Amino acid sequence: MNLASLTEARPFRAAWQVRLGWLALFVYLAYAMSHLELSWTRFASGLGNGAHFISRMLPPNFSRWELLLQGLAESLEMAIVASFLGVLLSLPLSVLAARNLMPAVVTWPVRILIMLCRSFHPIIVAIVFVKAVGFGALAGIAALTIASIGFLGKLYTEAIEEISLKQIEAVRATGASFMNTIVFGVIPQVLFRFIGFSAYETDANLRNSTMVGIVGAGGIGGTLFAAFQRFDYDFVFAILLSIIALIMIGEVVQIQVKRVFRQARDNGSASAL
Amino acid sequence: MLTLRNLSKSYIPGTPVLRNITVEIAARGVTAIIGPSGTGKSTLIRCINRLVEPTEGEIVFEGRDIAHLRGQALREVRRKMGMVFQEYNLVERLTVMENLLTGRLGYTSAWKSFRRKFDPADIDHAYKLLDHVGLSSFANARADALSGGQRQRVGIARALMQRPALLLADEPTSSLDPKTSVEIMQLMCGLAAENEIPVMINMHDVELAKRFAGRIIGMSGGDIVYDGAPDGLTDEALKKIYGGEGWLQ
Repeated sequence: MNLASLTEARPFRAAWQVRLGWLALFVYLAYAMSHLELSWTRFASGLGNGAHFISRMLPPNFSRWELLLQGLAESLEMAIVASFLGVLLSLPLSVLAARNLMPAVVTWPVRILIMLCRSFHPIIVAIVFVKAVGFGALAGIAALTIASIGFLGKLYTEAIEEISLKQIEAVRATGASFMNTIVFGVIPQVLFRFIGFSAYETDANLRNSTMVGIVGAGGIGGTLFAAFQRFDYDFVFAILLSIIALIMIGEVVQIQVKRVFRQARDNGSASAL
Repeated sequence: MLTLRNLSKSYIPGTPVLRNITVEIAARGVTAIIGPSGTGKSTLIRCINRLVEPTEGEIVFEGRDIAHLRGQALREVRRKMGMVFQEYNLVERLTVMENLLTGRLGYTSAWKSFRRKFDPADIDHAYKLLDHVGLSSFANARADALSGGQRQRVGIARALMQRPALLLADEPTSSLDPKTSVEIMQLMCGLAAENEIPVMINMHDVELAKRFAGRIIGMSGGDIVYDGAPDGLTDEALKKIYGGEGWLQ
């Protein structure tokens, strides 16, 4: 290569496709903002309303603490039950969906099922279940369980697909049955990751369980929605503070659980359960 | 004991890795299979316990053709064949004891193995074997805490836990240093002789093969090109197995 062509090659020049991409993004942003009538005057009028709203939220009103606690307890119960069911159902589904353990005829339908569980937000699923089984915690638990299957099913499957097949081969070579191969070859390799995923999903379910009540599927969300509709903004604020407290407690518990199992992962055998 | 008849394997149709292998393995002694990389040694070993499906031919083990067995019948044959792997293939997150008991999975239901309810006689046997391989103080150590040589000792003990009728070993010393390699070969061949189990070993270390095997099978390009005593392994024979001659100086 001669010197002339070297100096001509500019290393940091953006390709025209990249420039075109930026241009298209800005054009779309301008279009979207005009379409949604986002303007400074709209924002300013919103600010005034917001100040009024906040002034009515203060101070938080905890006088109906029994109702509050009842809603929180229901949310917590829903989250725990849905997480447990989600884990229980995701375990067999993920084994069936793992392409390194099962033939394509099995994995495809199961993967599609898991994908369907993940395709809708829990709130939409909750609306469907409220219509199907009526108001209350059952609908919420069903919705959160579906969401858990969508999330855990995918993560579990990916974890199984990443395991070392050499260990599996050795277990199979001993004449072990398929179930024995799962127990002694697969579970030890994925157990600690599964526990991490499950703790994370329980945390997510706790958050979502405070929300599905808005559509009538049980939990504190119902109380919150009712307070909004009655303009009891001071009670709304009390509910929001309680939800934050619940989530923070959940976070602390989750960290503790993970710490215990991290120690087990680094030192103990995967038979710890 | 074991007879392979016209055994062929093609991973891709039309390009066989094994071509019409016919060989008979006696009920005693160590048989080493040597040959260049990619010549089908691992495939041959894995065809015997059917970790690899042979394309054609018969595998006669204890008097019956096992080449087409499936399900429970296949698992019952597999549990009579212990296998030792190049990279040990221990379940890393399990303890040494649990890895040994893996050798009994063919005789234990999944529900029992899940709760670690193994036959007490198997557990006794496992402790004896651990003692034999010199790792009795490591029973509760996790497999990933061991050195390579220690792991292969566990691998050998796991294979012997099956009380196998045949021991297969796929490059058991290729990941180990020369001194450990000799120790592992001594241990494996010693235990096999003690328990009167025939051994089939793939290896690429010709000197090690000559030292431990009573019979050498030389493979090249998916064919057997030498089959006989270690003494007969002349330069001429080695040339036939590995090709070329510059490396023989």
